[in-house]
Amino acid sequence: MNFLPEASGFAPRIDGLFYAMLGLSALVVVAVFTTMLVFAIRFRRGRNVDRSGESHRDLGIELTWTLIPFALFVGIFAWSIRLWIDMRTPPGDATTIHVVGKQWMWEFEHLDGQREIDTLHLATGQPVRLVMISQDVIHDVSIPAFRVKQDVLPGRYTQMWFTPTRPGTYNLFCAEYCGTDHSRMGGAVIVQTPQDHARWLASHATGSLAEQGRALFTRYGCAGCHDARSSVHAPRLDGLYGSTVPLADGRQVLADERYLHDSITLPGSEVAAGYAPVMPSYKDRIDEADILALVAYLKVRGTDRETPHASR
Amino acid sequence: MNAHAPHTAEQFDDAAQQRDAATLGMWAFLATEVLFFGVLFAAYTVCRVIWPDAFASASRHTDLTLGGLETAILLTSSFTVALAVRDVQLGGRRLATGLLCGTAVLGLVFLAIHGFEYYHDYKAAVIPGIRYEEVGGFAAQERLFFFLYYVTTGFHALHVSVGVVVLLTMALRTHRAAFGPGYHTPLEVSALYWHLVDIVWIFVFPLYYQVGRA
Amino acid sequence: MLPAEQAAPSYLTDGNTLRSWLATHDHKRIAILYAVSITFFFFLGGIAAALIRLELATPAGDLMSADTYNKTFTFHGVVMVWFFLIPSIPNTLGNFLLPIMIGARDVAFPRLNLFSWYLYVAGGIFTVACLLLGGVDTGWTFYTPFSTMFSNSNVMLTVVGVFIVGFSSILTGLNFIVTIHTMRTTGMTWFRLPLFVWSMYGVSLVMLLATPVLAMTLALIAAERLLGVGIFDPALGGDPLLFQHFFWFYSHPAVYIMVLPAMGVVSELITAGVRRRIFGYRFMVYSIIGIAVIGFLVWGHHMFVAGQSMYASIVFSILSFIIAVPSAIKVFNWTATLYKGDIAFGAPMIYALGFVGLFMLGGLTGLFLAATALDVNLTDTYFVVAHFHYIMVGGSVMAYLGGIHFWWPKITGRMFSEAWARFAAILMFLGFNLTFFPQFLAGAEGMPRRYHQYPAEYGLLNILSSAGAVLLAASYLLPIGYFLWSLRFGERAGNDPWGAEGLEWTTSSPPPTHNFEAPPVVTEGPYAYTHP
Ligand code: HEA
Ligand code: HEA
Ligand code: HEC
Ligand code: CUA
Ligand SMILES: [Cu+2]
Repeated sequence: MNFLPEASGFAPRIDGLFYAMLGLSALVVVAVFTTMLVFAIRFRRGRNVDRSGESHRDLGIELTWTLIPFALFVGIFAWSIRLWIDMRTPPGDATTIHVVGKQWMWEFEHLDGQREIDTLHLATGQPVRLVMISQDVIHDVSIPAFRVKQDVLPGRYTQMWFTPTRPGTYNLFCAEYCGTDHSRMGGAVIVQTPQDHARWLASHATGSLAEQGRALFTRYGCAGCHDARSSVHAPRLDGLYGSTVPLADGRQVLADERYLHDSITLPGSEVAAGYAPVMPSYKDRIDEADILALVAYLKVRGTDRETPHASR
Repeated sequence: MNAHAPHTAEQFDDAAQQRDAATLGMWAFLATEVLFFGVLFAAYTVCRVIWPDAFASASRHTDLTLGGLETAILLTSSFTVALAVRDVQLGGRRLATGLLCGTAVLGLVFLAIHGFEYYHDYKAAVIPGIRYEEVGGFAAQERLFFFLYYVTTGFHALHVSVGVVVLLTMALRTHRAAFGPGYHTPLEVSALYWHLVDIVWIFVFPLYYQVGRA
Repeated sequence: MLPAEQAAPSYLTDGNTLRSWLATHDHKRIAILYAVSITFFFFLGGIAAALIRLELATPAGDLMSADTYNKTFTFHGVVMVWFFLIPSIPNTLGNFLLPIMIGARDVAFPRLNLFSWYLYVAGGIFTVACLLLGGVDTGWTFYTPFSTMFSNSNVMLTVVGVFIVGFSSILTGLNFIVTIHTMRTTGMTWFRLPLFVWSMYGVSLVMLLATPVLAMTLALIAAERLLGVGIFDPALGGDPLLFQHFFWFYSHPAVYIMVLPAMGVVSELITAGVRRRIFGYRFMVYSIIGIAVIGFLVWGHHMFVAGQSMYASIVFSILSFIIAVPSAIKVFNWTATLYKGDIAFGAPMIYALGFVGLFMLGGLTGLFLAATALDVNLTDTYFVVAHFHYIMVGGSVMAYLGGIHFWWPKITGRMFSEAWARFAAILMFLGFNLTFFPQFLAGAEGMPRRYHQYPAEYGLLNILSSAGAVLLAASYLLPIGYFLWSLRFGERAGNDPWGAEGLEWTTSSPPPTHNFEAPPVVTEGPYAYTHP
């Protein structure tokens, strides 16, 4: 590739596979074209060559060129799947950045509360996990220099991860067609050295995302029911994240980000065992960015990370 | 014109070839029908897996008794149409005409009962897009159920209606002695179609009427 | 039904009134009706392509507004896929040749055949009217919830139009299947069928079993828009990925609807150009059936980054590699057929070899996309656009044109100008590569598709592509000229101008209304060339 830099940990590995495929394809193409050319010249009409003999079937040959491509395909498949599984499995030490897509802009929220629009600041060497959701139609975060791309769906979180490796400014595209300004929905990913990035984060600090969430928790009236002093019979949410919740219909679910999100937008769908389904749906009342802040808050509520400036 | 037998169209060599073609054609058509309904059943399954409670509670709105009655009617009608074909094969005419008319009437009764059910739903205001007033935590999800219920049963009712017209035409042609032991392909093919309408219902009934009551 | 004998009677002289054409039951005349209407839609779609390339000649979105651009590529995709490429070979060459190749007088259900054409035309006019009055901006894929809840364009009526044309496909498939099963002449056993007939069989199976899924899915979209219910809309409790599953369950098999007939045509063209039996006839047959069947199992490769589970993607990936095996068999067998042949390079043969080359490039790049890890980078970029144009335009359209050239003497009874035809074929090959090869590069560099404006670094590649499109357009206009010319001034063709084998070459050119004077009897397999 000629002007597209390899700016993430995946990029050289993906390019390696790409060039291997390219080499293999070139080999096949050259072999087939040469054979055709040779036959075409040797056996062209009017030329006096030996054309005798039945040669229109031969099981051995057929099997050879059935099985060899098949074996090659399995090889490529295995190679690509190893990479694929890595690309789909974020490491534990990845920092999470929340992404909300909407017609036609991107909102990014760093864990410490920095919000950006259509621009994303990252540090080299730091694995990043993007947790993404859309407010309207399907979008797609695409960063060609990193060789990553993932659709962003309404009503459901999707994620992707990568490690930026090279400082610079790279294109950020929306790669899933989403209406009028699809081609303008994008911006830049700015990769900085860790020092620069730390400086950038510090200069853009606001309250952390979880702190914003805590404020929203009161503002939207959640505390009215979920506070320990409340008279409504509602579950306490301390330390909920990561636990297993028994539901009224007998199932058990893991309280992950999806569960927290859906508890706010669709409380009726998974009712915690022992409670009446009285919690109202906030689907049309809170936008996805605020839900992200609430979720970030619920993830730390009641843990030692709840108080700001504690260990992170 | 052509030197063919009276019932054989000119592109065919003989009556046997024509019968094979018509029968295979109907089977192929039924295969596409299965896929048409297949999409609806697949959509139903996916939505039900996402919203098991909503689907269970919505399905309690359907009328099990009427649904059961409809099932019985359709099963009977499949039986009568099969008898009609058999009668023609054996050279009969009047009995077959009667049976075909009877089948068509059963089809009409089915439609009438269905209309009654729809009317009830209308009064209960559970028809999405027309009159829908469900409220509560599951309103949106129950609406999916009713939507699929209407699309599926509506599409099925359309098939029944077409079937009734076809059956009446066949009854008329049988009455006019158009068929006999030697030639009755259209009749056979129509019966095949009617059986499909019946089989589809056999899937609709448990899925939409019985899930919530298990 | 037939009028009295006329001088040099043929299906063309059998009645000259408009009515004798519009009410005909003759499969050959219906084929002509299709050919005319399909050509019309091809040029409509082509004009949209020209507008797209014009807009993309510069990085800025300067020629038209973003909305207009979106409507233009939607128009292009919808028209080209459903109103041109899917019906192209099956409904013209297939309709004309299938009954003749199996020695039948007509298809099994001639009236249904005519009805299919009317459905096609009705669906076509309806859709084009919707696409022009107001337009639709969803892309040919109609992804939800954009298409159901957010697009303000004419989605509902358009999907109704595609729904109608879907029935035309279904009925054609049904007719062909029954015809092949029941109408073969004496001695025409299954393994004596020409490969073109086999490919029609495979394609009919796919049409019959995949199209209903599309039709119903589009009906659900229309109903959702009308009633505000959301099977496919998460905001209303539905699942947007369900739509994609349904859509690709149809549309992946549909890409084989577009390429299998081309493969059938090319097998005929190559054997005739080489005057030799096809190499590995049985393997060719099995690979057609293999492609038709496995084609139903790989739809998820369009959804690797759509949010489906990692494991589903793994399964769809390996299945996509597996389906490339039968395609590989075909490419190798065509090549092997050249061995010890008596090869002439008439226009049909040039098209056929062009097909093999371009299909191979398109297919191999399909393997890049089938490799999950590579697809992440390449999906929704111009790499995909180039992939499918290589197969659909470089492959199928070339094969279609090659087939038209090959059977033109049979269809019209006249020869065209060979020199012009070769020139057009070579120009097409060059123009095509200039148009679409740069798109592979642009895509590998990350340029997203469906972009009305794009970053300046992709400018050069796009200029090349737009320039190529001009050559390509010229090469499509040329045949219209020399074909029309041949109708009046072309030399009369004998029964078998190419020295080709096959039942269609044993009857007169153009054939009589019921194809043969007497029903032919078949005694040996296809392509019984006696090499000199
Ligand atoms: C006629 C049409 C046609 C055909 C035949 C194909 C054939 C194939 N396609 Fe393609 N495809 C499309 C039309 C077609 N496609 C379209 C329209 C889209 C985009 C839709 C949209 O989003 O708008 C698409 C998109 C598409 C995608 C999704 C891309 C994305 O959006 O992310 C994928 C992914 O797997 C794919 C794969 C394949 C494969 C593996 C084949 C295989 O069948 C190819 C098999 C052939 C060969 C492989 C060549 C011959 C083989 C050899 C010579 C063997 C030797 C090789 C070796 C030993 C290495 N295609
Ligand atoms: C099935 C068949 C088919 C065919 C034959 C073609 C033919 C062509 N296609 Fe198309 N194309 C698709 C199917 C097809 N396409 C599909 C399915 C899409 C995806 C749509 C979507 O994303 O929803 C697509 C998308 C698509 C794009 C991407 C748009 C985008 O993502 O933003 C582009 C861009 O270059 C393109 C170009 C072309 C060109 C130059 C031709 C040429 O081969 C056409 C050449 C023909 C002519 C030009 C007509 C003949 C000449 C005249 C009428 C004279 C007038 C012309 C001039 C003065 C120049 N096509
Ligand atoms: C009217 C009272 C009420 C309000 C207001 C309310 N909730 Fe709830 N909430 C409940 C009840 C009752 C339950 C338990 C039943 C259920 O799961 O639906 C619950 C459950 C939850 C759960 C799932 C807990 C578990 O143990 O599974 C979460 C998370 C939650 N609420 C978050 C919130 C947030 C965030 C807000 C504000 C935006 C909020 N709630 C507002 C009453 C309320
Ligand atoms: Cu957002 Cu495209
Ligand atoms: Cu595909």
